[in-house]
Amino acid sequence: MAVNRDKNSYTIGFAVVMVFVVGTLLAGLFMLFRPQIEANERFEKQQNILYALGVNLNSGPNDVAFIPTDIVSAEFAKYITKQVVIEGDQVIEDDNAFLIDVKKEATKAKNAAYTRKLPLFIGQKDGKNIYVVPVRGKGLWDAIWGFVAMDDTMTIQGVYFDHKGETPGLGAEIKQRYFMDDFAGESFLTGGSFNGIAVAKGNNDPKNLIKDDQEVDALAGATITGDGLSAMLQKDVKLYVPYFKSLNN
Amino acid sequence: MGLLSKKDTKLILDPLSDDNPITIQVLGICSALAITAQLKPSIVMAVSVIFVLGIGNVVISLMRNIIPSKIRIIVQLIVVATLVIIVDLILKAFAYELSKELSVFIGLIITNCIIMGRFEAFALGNGPWRSFLDGVGNALGYGVILIVVGFFRELLGSGTLFGFKVLGDSVEKTGLYAIGYENNGFMVLPPMALIVVGIIIWVQRSRNKALIEDH
Repeated sequence: MAVNRDKNSYTIGFAVVMVFVVGTLLAGLFMLFRPQIEANERFEKQQNILYALGVNLNSGPNDVAFIPTDIVSAEFAKYITKQVVIEGDQVIEDDNAFLIDVKKEATKAKNAAYTRKLPLFIGQKDGKNIYVVPVRGKGLWDAIWGFVAMDDTMTIQGVYFDHKGETPGLGAEIKQRYFMDDFAGESFLTGGSFNGIAVAKGNNDPKNLIKDDQEVDALAGATITGDGLSAMLQKDVKLYVPYFKSLNN
Repeated sequence: MGLLSKKDTKLILDPLSDDNPITIQVLGICSALAITAQLKPSIVMAVSVIFVLGIGNVVISLMRNIIPSKIRIIVQLIVVATLVIIVDLILKAFAYELSKELSVFIGLIITNCIIMGRFEAFALGNGPWRSFLDGVGNALGYGVILIVVGFFRELLGSGTLFGFKVLGDSVEKTGLYAIGYENNGFMVLPPMALIVVGIIIWVQRSRNKALIEDH
C-alpha cells in the first residue's frame, strides 16, 4: 500500500472526511423521512387525546388500545368538537391547537412578558362537554406527559400518561390501566378552590374507592415519578382554572 | 455449482447451528433477554440486526485497506451507529408504534457484541461478498434464536402469537382455558428468556457432542 496508514495526518484526514460523509448522509435521510415522522407524531397526539376522552378500543381490563392511525384523524374530527387556544383572557378557536408544543410554551413562559398559549380540546361524551388539557412534567429520569379529560367542574373523566424513560416495572407503570383508571372521578377543586390531585403513599385507599380525597394510590417503588406526576398535574392543570371558572359564571 | 460455493454456504450456515453467536459464542445475550417477551419485536429486532450487520460488514470490508489502524474501533463504531440511526429513522417513519415499543433497544444494537465482533474478526480481513455472507449468516443465527425464544415466551406467557389469541381467551375462559389451563406469567419476565436460551443450549449440546468442551 502506497499510503502510510499510521501517519497522524492520514488519521486526522480520514476522520474529517468520514464525519463529513456520515453527517451529510444522516442529515439527508432525516430530511427525507421528516414529513412521515411528523405525521406519525401528530397521529399519536390525536390518539392520546381521544384516549383520555374515553374514545379507545379497550376490550380487556388491562388493555390500552388506541384508535388505529389510519382513521384517527377522522375520529378526532368527529369527537373533538372544538379546539381553542387560551392566551391570557382571550379564548381563540384554532383547529390546529393540538399541534402546540407544550414543552416550548412552558420554556417561553419563563419570560414574564410572554403570554403562554394554552391549548384546550373540547369533546362531547354522553351529551356532556368534556375538556381535555395537556400536561407535561418531570419523572425520575426524563420527561413525563399526558392528557387529562375533565367536565366543567374539573372532575376527571379520564387520563392518559406517557413517559420517555421511566424505569420499566416501576415508574413506567404510569401508563398502565390500573394506575390511569384510578384518576377518573377525582376532582381538582374543593369548595371552588384548586387543590390538585396527589399521588399519595399510605392513603389507606388502595382500591381508590374514596373519590373526594383528591388522592390516588401511588405505585410501589416509583416515589419520584409519582411526585413528579402530582407536581405536573398541580402546575399545568392550574393554568386552566380561570377558564373553568369563566365557564360556570 | 450454484450461486454460492461450498465455502460461502458454510459462512451462512455455520452461525445458524454449530457456531451460533448466542448459544455457542454467548454474544448478544442482553438484547435476547430484553425484547423476546413477544414474537413481533423479536422479528423486527432480527431483521434490523440482519440489515445492520450485513451492510456494516460490507462497508467495513470495502474500507479495510484505508481505515487508519489507530482509530479502527472508532471507525467501526461510527459505521454501526450510522446504520442503527438509519434503522431507527425508517422504523419511526413506517412502523411508529413498533419503534416506540423497541425504543432504546434499537439504539442498543450499537452495543451488540456480535456486530463489533464480526467487524473485527471477519470484515477487516475478508472481501465484501464473503463479509456480507458472514454478516447475514451471523445475524440470522442471532435472529433464529430470538424468534424461537419469542415464540415460546409469547405462547406460554400470554397465550398469543403476534397478538392473536391462539389458545383461546384467558378472560372469557374459552379454548384451552376452559379446561383449567393458565398463562405462565413468569414467561413474560426477562429471567425466563435466560432459561429458554439455556434450554436451547442444552438441547443443542446434547445433540452434538462435539460442542461440549473438555475440562
